[in-house]
Amino acid sequence: MTDPILSIEGLNGWYGESHVLHGMDFVVNPGEVVTLLGRNGAGKTSTLLAIMGILGKRTGSVKFNGTETIKMEPRHIARAGLALCPEERGIFASLNVEENMMLPPKVAEGGLSIERIYDLFPNLLERRRSPGTKLSGGEQQMLAIARILRTGAKTLLLDEPTEGLAPVIVQQIGRTIEALKAEGFTILLVEQNFRFAASVADRHYVVDQGRVIDMIPNTELDANMDKLHAYLGV
Amino acid sequence: MFELLNISPQVLMGQLLLGLINGSFYAVLSLGLAVIFGLLNIINFSHGAQYMMGAFVAWMLLTYVGIGYWPSLILAPLIVGAVGIVLERLALSRLYHLDHLYGLLLTFGVALIMQGLFRNYYGISGQPYNIPDALSGGQNLGFMFLPNYRAWVVVASIVVCFGTWFMIERTRLGAYLRAATENPVLVGAFGINVPRMIMLTYGFGVALAGFAGVLAAPIYSVNPNMGADLIIVVFAVVVIGGMGSILGAIVTGYGLGLIEGLTRVFYPEASSVVIFVIMAIVLMIKPEGLFGRTS
Repeated sequence: MTDPILSIEGLNGWYGESHVLHGMDFVVNPGEVVTLLGRNGAGKTSTLLAIMGILGKRTGSVKFNGTETIKMEPRHIARAGLALCPEERGIFASLNVEENMMLPPKVAEGGLSIERIYDLFPNLLERRRSPGTKLSGGEQQMLAIARILRTGAKTLLLDEPTEGLAPVIVQQIGRTIEALKAEGFTILLVEQNFRFAASVADRHYVVDQGRVIDMIPNTELDANMDKLHAYLGV
Repeated sequence: MFELLNISPQVLMGQLLLGLINGSFYAVLSLGLAVIFGLLNIINFSHGAQYMMGAFVAWMLLTYVGIGYWPSLILAPLIVGAVGIVLERLALSRLYHLDHLYGLLLTFGVALIMQGLFRNYYGISGQPYNIPDALSGGQNLGFMFLPNYRAWVVVASIVVCFGTWFMIERTRLGAYLRAATENPVLVGAFGINVPRMIMLTYGFGVALAGFAGVLAAPIYSVNPNMGADLIIVVFAVVVIGGMGSILGAIVTGYGLGLIEGLTRVFYPEASSVVIFVIMAIVLMIKPEGLFGRTS
C-alpha cells in the first residue's frame, strides 16, 4: 500500500471564537476520490478550509505528500500542489471569465492547457469576455473547477460542486470528476447530494460535530444504508 | 455667446485651463487614494503629506545634490513610495484586521508628524522651484496664452492616469489586484503572495502622490502645508467618484477641476465650496458615489 497523499490527524479548527473541528482523523490515498458526508454544520467545509490553511486557527497535523503543513501559510500550501474549489465558488466579479481562469498561478507542470479546458467546457470559451459573475450557476461552477485544473495541482478539494445546479449540469460535473480520476487526480469532495457522492467516490467519511465518526467504502454502501441514513438524518 | 454672458473668452479659457490643471492634481491624487483604499481598505490620510514630500524631495534633490527636474520626476516618486512601503511594513500592516478607523487615525497622525517635521526645518514661507528650461515659455493660441509647463502637467497627468487605469483593468497584474480586492483570502489560497502585493500597492499609491508633488513643485511654491490644503478637496473628489473606483477617481478628478474653474467664471464666490456642494448632493442621491459599486 502506498503512503496517503493527505493525512489528517487530530485536526482541531476554530472559526473566530467558535471551536468547529474537534480532532478530525482521516486519510486520502493517491488517485482516490473521497467524500466527506454529514449534516449541515458538521464541519465538512471547515475541514477543507483548515486543510488549505484559511480557517481562522488550526492545530493538529495535516500532512500533504508526507510534509507537515500545519504551520504553513496558505500560499505555500497551494504552491505544494493543493487546490481548493470553494463552496461559494469564489468567482471574481471584477474579472472576466478568462481572467478568472488565468488567475491561479501554475504550481506544477502537467496542468491542463487552456485549449483542453475550453474543449471540456465549451461554454466558457464562448463567454470568455463576460464578467465572471454574469455566468449561470453551472457555468460558474465549471469555471471554478477549470481554473484549478490549469495550475497543475493534482490534489483537489471540491466543496459541494453540485449545490443548486440542474441535473444535467450535475451529470456533467460527475463526468468531469471521473475523467480527472482517470488521469490520476486525487479528490477530496464535500457533498450534500448523497446520490452524486455515491456515483463518483471510492470511500466516504461521515463527519459529525467536527469529528470523523465512520468510514464506508463505496462498495459496501448498500449494506450500510440504514446506518448512513441514521447518521445523516434523512 | 461670450458677449451675451458678458464674459471674455480669455477669462473663460483661462479659468478652464486652471480648472483642468487643478483637476489633473485631483485626478492623480484621488487615483492613488482609490488604489490604496481598494486593496487595503485604508483611507490614506497621509496622502497630502506624501504629495508634499514628493515636491520637497524634488527640491532637496535639486538643492543638495544638483539633480534636476526630469530625473526627479522618476526618483522622487520612488523615494516617497519607498518611505510609504516602510510605513506599511512597520505600522499599517498591523492594522488590517481592525476597523478602517485605525488606519485613518494612524495615517492622519503620520501626516501631522511629517508636516510638522518639514515645517520645523523649512518654515512655511515656501521654497521656489523653477520650471525646467525645456518647458519655459508658452504658446499663443490666439484666444489665450498657454504656458508650456501647464500644458505638460495636464498631459503628464493624463498619461499617468491612463497608464494606471490600463495596468489595473487590462493586465494580468491588475487582475491579481482586482481579485485580491474582492477576496484576498482566496487569492492567497491560490498561492499568490497577497501581503507583498498589498505592500507594493501602497507603495505605488503613495508614489502617485509623490509624482503629483513633483509636477506641482514648479507651479505652487514648495511648502509643508501644500498637501494639507489640497487633500480635503481630494477626499471630496474620492467620495463623489465612489470609494475605490479607479475610473471614478480619474473622471471626477478632471470633471470637478473643470466645474470649479467654470464656477470661478460665473459665480466666483461659490468656487471654493462648489465641490462640497456637489459632494453633499451626490451623497444624498447616490451614497456609493457616481462610479461606486453597491456592496
